[in-house]
Amino acid sequence: MSPLPFDPLLVSIAAPLALALAIALGLPKRWSVLLAYGAFAIPVLMALHVWWHFGDAAKDHGYAFLTRYATGLDGVGIGLKLGLNGISLPLFVLAALVGFAAGLYAIQSGAERLKIYLMLLLIMQGGLMGVFASVDIFFFYFFHELALIPTFIMVGIWGGRDRSYAAMKLTIYLTLGAMVSLLGLIMLYVKSGAHTFDLIALRDHLAALPLAATVQNNIVGLLLFGFGVLVSLWPLHTWAPLGYGAAPSSAAMLHAGVLKKFGVYGLIQVALPLLPDGLAYWAHPLAWLAVIGNVLIVGLITIAQRDLKQMIGYSSVMHMGYAFLGIAAGGIIGPGGVVFLMVAHGLSVALLFLLATAIYHRTQTFALDEMGGLAQKTPVLAAFFVAATLASIGLPGFANFWGELAIFVALWKFSPLITALAVAGVVISAVYGLRSAARVFFGPSSAELAKVTAAHPPADITWKERFPALILLAALLFIGFWPKSLTTPINAALTPHTSAKVGNATGR
Amino acid sequence: MTLEAVKLAAEANQWVAIFPELLLACLALALLALEIVLPKKLHAYIPDVALAGLVGALGGQLVNFQSATLGKESFNGLLLHSPGGQVMRVFFLLTAMLVCILARVSLAKQKVPRIEFYHLVLIITGAMMLLAQSNHFVMFFVALETVTIGFYILVSYFRTKTASLEAGLKYLVMGALSSGLLLFGIVLLYGVAGNPTLPGHSASALHYPALGQFLVANPHNFLAGVGIVLVLVGVAFKIGAFPFQIWVPDVYQGAPTPVTAFLAVGSKAAGFAVLLVLTRDVFASYDWLVTPALTAMAAATILFGNIAALTQHNVKRLIGLSGVSHAGFLLLGVVALSGPVASVSATGAIYFYLFAYLIASFAVFGVMAHIGGADDSDQTLDHYNGLAKENPFLATILAIGLGSLAGIPPLAGFMGKFFVFIAAFEGGARWTLALAVVGVVISIYYYFGWIKAAFFEQWITPADTADPRPVRTPVDVVSGIALGCLALASIFIGFYQGPLGQWLTLK
Repeated sequence: MSPLPFDPLLVSIAAPLALALAIALGLPKRWSVLLAYGAFAIPVLMALHVWWHFGDAAKDHGYAFLTRYATGLDGVGIGLKLGLNGISLPLFVLAALVGFAAGLYAIQSGAERLKIYLMLLLIMQGGLMGVFASVDIFFFYFFHELALIPTFIMVGIWGGRDRSYAAMKLTIYLTLGAMVSLLGLIMLYVKSGAHTFDLIALRDHLAALPLAATVQNNIVGLLLFGFGVLVSLWPLHTWAPLGYGAAPSSAAMLHAGVLKKFGVYGLIQVALPLLPDGLAYWAHPLAWLAVIGNVLIVGLITIAQRDLKQMIGYSSVMHMGYAFLGIAAGGIIGPGGVVFLMVAHGLSVALLFLLATAIYHRTQTFALDEMGGLAQKTPVLAAFFVAATLASIGLPGFANFWGELAIFVALWKFSPLITALAVAGVVISAVYGLRSAARVFFGPSSAELAKVTAAHPPADITWKERFPALILLAALLFIGFWPKSLTTPINAALTPHTSAKVGNATGR
Repeated sequence: MTLEAVKLAAEANQWVAIFPELLLACLALALLALEIVLPKKLHAYIPDVALAGLVGALGGQLVNFQSATLGKESFNGLLLHSPGGQVMRVFFLLTAMLVCILARVSLAKQKVPRIEFYHLVLIITGAMMLLAQSNHFVMFFVALETVTIGFYILVSYFRTKTASLEAGLKYLVMGALSSGLLLFGIVLLYGVAGNPTLPGHSASALHYPALGQFLVANPHNFLAGVGIVLVLVGVAFKIGAFPFQIWVPDVYQGAPTPVTAFLAVGSKAAGFAVLLVLTRDVFASYDWLVTPALTAMAAATILFGNIAALTQHNVKRLIGLSGVSHAGFLLLGVVALSGPVASVSATGAIYFYLFAYLIASFAVFGVMAHIGGADDSDQTLDHYNGLAKENPFLATILAIGLGSLAGIPPLAGFMGKFFVFIAAFEGGARWTLALAVVGVVISIYYYFGWIKAAFFEQWITPADTADPRPVRTPVDVVSGIALGCLALASIFIGFYQGPLGQWLTLK
């Protein structure tokens, strides 16, 4: 157990939600902002604390820090059970870090109606901490929805161009995905016959009495469709670039960085141990869909983008293709690489969204064609952006490299042809990544930009913007240079329960 | 007279079993008496008497929830006091309380008599409570007619408004038709079950257990099947299920907002309380007929309600059609109960859904009552534009209420849908469930459109005219507290089902 006198997981969920409630009940603005620093910082402190103590904490089925709170639904097998295993720990830390950065960035942005904005962001943060700390599948889903709803509102009110349309499209798509995956989870609950949503109990139950192959196939099919919409699997991805293009920066950071990982995380945490045959059945269609659709088609679309924010949105859709490939590849390295990549991608895409907004404040535009030569005026901002781009491409030294490498290694055993196509995707991401950096910061300045900069000479990135960016960049580098800090728990979590069947069935 | 005789007389006295209903009836009469007795300037306080009486009745009902009569029949089998009946009593008392609170806001904008309105609400509530506990078709029909006749008056209560009168007439015609069909079904069942040549026949075939036994003994009797279908049709009119929902949009639009709320929540729930008892106990042996009929009805109701609501601009029609879709979701739960593999959790799921629906609906209706002007039948989405800026309180309540109706976590409505979906899956209604998911996604569009109107759109008054929108009623203390409690309850029940979950789900 953790040496703290309270449950660190519950506190990291409750602190942001409590402040959100206080703001809703009419906390004055000055106090709201002041306390928001604390409410965003507490999850980080708690996350670092559990990360530090995870190795030597007592574990049950690989889960540490287990506690259960009854919510009055014991009769149907639902209870708020919190705990972390090696798969959820990295994402829990990711959620805390990105949330902290997004929170700090939101506070300094001075958005209109800042109080409500912070309230929604805090609800999102509380939900995200809950998603990864929940051992109960029901609450895992529940917290995801809790975090999702504020996104719709934030896009609708604080969004940029086409915000009304984007909010509507986002809502309908993501509700569809959420409802279909809920159907899959209900099917799992009913068919398992265990009458519980507790992941650990379900795992024991299904290890003794595995589900029939057709049932597994049906459940995984539902989950893949539902989670596929949520994670923007091609061709269900169209909400993502539009939504991210319109979303305010902090919401985009949290959604693209953390919330979107929910679907992939669900597949690894729920489908992989409970429904291995079903996952193996769908592995090949999934892999082809991911490599042709997400990596190649969306990759090429990304190159054609003329809008910086939409480009980042498309690039995040593309990188999710690698996550699906890793799951399809199976074994230990595949899903392990996916968890690693999710953390790395979460940090880097959040950093990119943050920097894109910082650039917008200086150029008053997201159009790549109307920028150029910004590096002379804002050298530090340029350095940050180039670093983030290189991380996103997967340069060694950054965390993304290890994630992609592990996925490619696992994928080679699965299908060399798919591996070759996936590696070609890295070239694509290098093209659009470097091209966008070049367009924004180097080369001659466009006439439009010259007018804007003449009116408002752009200042370099301020310390208030720099601090959240530094947190994300430091985390990327730390994990990049010391991947063992994450791989040890991930390996431990995946080794005992990954069924040999996945490896065999997918190794054909 | 010996002490023993007094004790016997007291034990045989069954009136105590319907004490809450008697209390409401006395209260209703007392309101009329007060109007005669009290001086005119004190008349304004009579509605408060009704509200206080309801609060008292609700408190008494909760305290006396585990009453001694539980599980027993009374009045020669006319009533059966079941735990489900107790739950529905609480439900109807809560509904009546909230209707009275809405009426305080809405009636103030009209020159109409006040006291009779509360009188009728109390009478209808008492009848609904009896309806939910009826164990005999005579009781069932009499209670149902009391409810329906009360609603004929309430729907056309704004008697100077053509919309209200038109709605009243439509409700009268459709209500009479449905009562006729229902009665015909009851008579057929009575006739066929009284046929001495058939096994299991009974002289008192209107008594549910007797009829149930007859149906078990004759599981494929054609006339009984026709009778069952006609009874279901009669109930389907009350809950507004497709294809018997045609009266819903017009009547919901024309009726005064509190009455619309009463129809949408109370009348619908009463229909479901009856349907639960009938399908689970009485018609159980005819599941080969009841289940397909209800499944088809549930699927069609969900689809029709949601698709028809998509294009509505008038919020009262919109909420009416969305109510149709909620009837479909509830029917899904009933299907789970009547199917070949009866789901154990379905009854609790339906009750939970009803309570979540009550809480969310009244939050929305409460906001509607404040937005509407003297003529509240032409309330459109435009009236909500800019609400978030002008009155953040009402806008927040509206968003929470609509979110809960749409079934968005972490609100109570989501939990209701979740439980019903689990029950439907257990009951084997897979395809209807798939349709229901489609329905939820469609419903997001119009609920979200309403929220969008309140939060994202700005109202611009045309330059050359005065603002055509009615003046928004300021929120007074009582309705403010009520609405705040409803919104908080939606959130709280979504997060922590605690006592309610144990009370409803674990039975």
